[in-house]
Amino acid sequence: MKTVKLADLAKTVRSKNAGTDKITFDIIFREEGNYELVKKSGVISKKSMATLFGIPEERISDFVEFDPAYAIKFTIYRDLPSGSPGDSDVFGSQQYPPLLDIEVPVPD
Amino acid sequence: MSEQGLRFLCPNGHLGFAPSKRESFDIGAATKPHFYCCDSGSSDIGPGPLGGDYSVSPYEWQKHDLEMMLVAARRQEVPMIIGSAGDTGTRSRVDLYVKIIEELAAKHNLPPFKLAYFYSDVPAAYLKGKLAAGEKVEGLDGRSDLTVEELEQTDRIVAVAGIHPFIEALKSGADVIIGGRSSDSAIFAAPAIRLGYPEAESYYLGKALECASFCAEPYAAKETVIGEVTHEDIKLTAMSPYQRCTVASVAGHAMYERSNPYFEYVAGGMLDMTNCRYEQHSEKTCRVTGPVFVPVEGKVKVKLEGSGKVGERYVGIAAVRDPYTIKNIDQVLDWAREQVRERFGDEGYGLYYNVYGKNGVMGPLEPIKETHSHELCIVCQGIAPTAKMAEEVTMTGTRQIFYARLPEVKGTAGTAAFGFEEVLPASAAYKWTLNHIVPVDDPMELFELHTIEVRGAR
Repeated sequence: MKTVKLADLAKTVRSKNAGTDKITFDIIFREEGNYELVKKSGVISKKSMATLFGIPEERISDFVEFDPAYAIKFTIYRDLPSGSPGDSDVFGSQQYPPLLDIEVPVPD
Repeated sequence: MSEQGLRFLCPNGHLGFAPSKRESFDIGAATKPHFYCCDSGSSDIGPGPLGGDYSVSPYEWQKHDLEMMLVAARRQEVPMIIGSAGDTGTRSRVDLYVKIIEELAAKHNLPPFKLAYFYSDVPAAYLKGKLAAGEKVEGLDGRSDLTVEELEQTDRIVAVAGIHPFIEALKSGADVIIGGRSSDSAIFAAPAIRLGYPEAESYYLGKALECASFCAEPYAAKETVIGEVTHEDIKLTAMSPYQRCTVASVAGHAMYERSNPYFEYVAGGMLDMTNCRYEQHSEKTCRVTGPVFVPVEGKVKVKLEGSGKVGERYVGIAAVRDPYTIKNIDQVLDWAREQVRERFGDEGYGLYYNVYGKNGVMGPLEPIKETHSHELCIVCQGIAPTAKMAEEVTMTGTRQIFYARLPEVKGTAGTAAFGFEEVLPASAAYKWTLNHIVPVDDPMELFELHTIEVRGAR
């Protein structure tokens, strides 16, 4: 089966602080078709996200498939509260790029 | 079909952080909303402003937005409500906004009006008393319960107000309210709930409106949005000519900056958005139905934010081009760390490296483990009790990258490049020490409300 990169299917892929101790990731699709395609493919799951970022699954506090917005959303606990000495992303806004290259299987 | 509701204008998701746009504000103001509301704070800006008690928004921009809202609200004789004054919502920021309002009233020769303001600052002694009495101050987001040690590391604490101080202020007849640190949704929910609208719809209205045009599309900040609440629904309408509130933009905003799109916690309960329904009501308006409010069982719990100083800080910048050095950059930094350790020991300071070109942005979360960059930029931060020591820690940690001893390095006249041969003083380093909730007997006990008469007209 051929694959397409998530970046070519999603309208929005972003990350941002959710309070001082978490970073949340949103993958939003323009239409239901691509949303259902990615959702059903199972390539984005709590387990696969933990593997991608090299963290234990317990660090993912929430994982939600949010139908009204055609969106998949998950949230991770930070290593350090935002803006602590050593934090590299005070807003948490540049943690999403590894998601862009996720290969999604599509029907031939 | 649906009744006429209560209409709110919101010009900006963070008043003062960047100026509100005039055109969409004027279009919104012309519709004669019942309330002008805006939040002016965020914990996104990091722990420094709260700990050090300063704003990150420029004074001129704060004044610009307050002026726009005040002049329109007083001309139309409807209330104006601001929460989280001056980014952090501390006492000094509330006082600053009160002063700005008084000056603007004089400048525009406004007829007398009633100004209410409240402080959100929480003395550490109050929480120490709670802990001493055996009360639990519960940690949020995976934090453990508050300890005396954490309190002692804290310089400043604010309580995040729910609707209570806003309702008290409205009861006192306030025309303008300047709030200390506040839940953004409460700023909008309070007047609606006071007038008898249901809690669920009122809080949802606040949640959707608090970031202004972030609930509209295409993406644009600082444009005015109008929200209307009735007894059965919420309607959101973009005011800028090029934006619309759509099902996608409003539902999408329900997720923004929050760990979960379904639940929003405020002092006094939880807004459950699980069964919200979104529909396109008209060209620029999205209609939402179905939120549910679940009141807290037992005592109201108020969220606390606290920040504590870690130390004085300096920053140094070095760069590397030699491929062998790039490959062995971890060893190079270990060498530099060791030189700092020889001088200052193992403790009593902090030394941090961000290696841009390797994993400077994502640190341990970076999935790309192999570096292919042909050059690296290394930012070194040294933090210590005194500026003098922080400077030397940073100087050592940066300059020793130049002297790193690698067995096979070709360049024996320096293993780093410096754009300038100095380290730079930075603002002090802080950290978030509190992200907790405290149960209170009286929802007002953490908030100190004042009311004054402002006489602008001479």
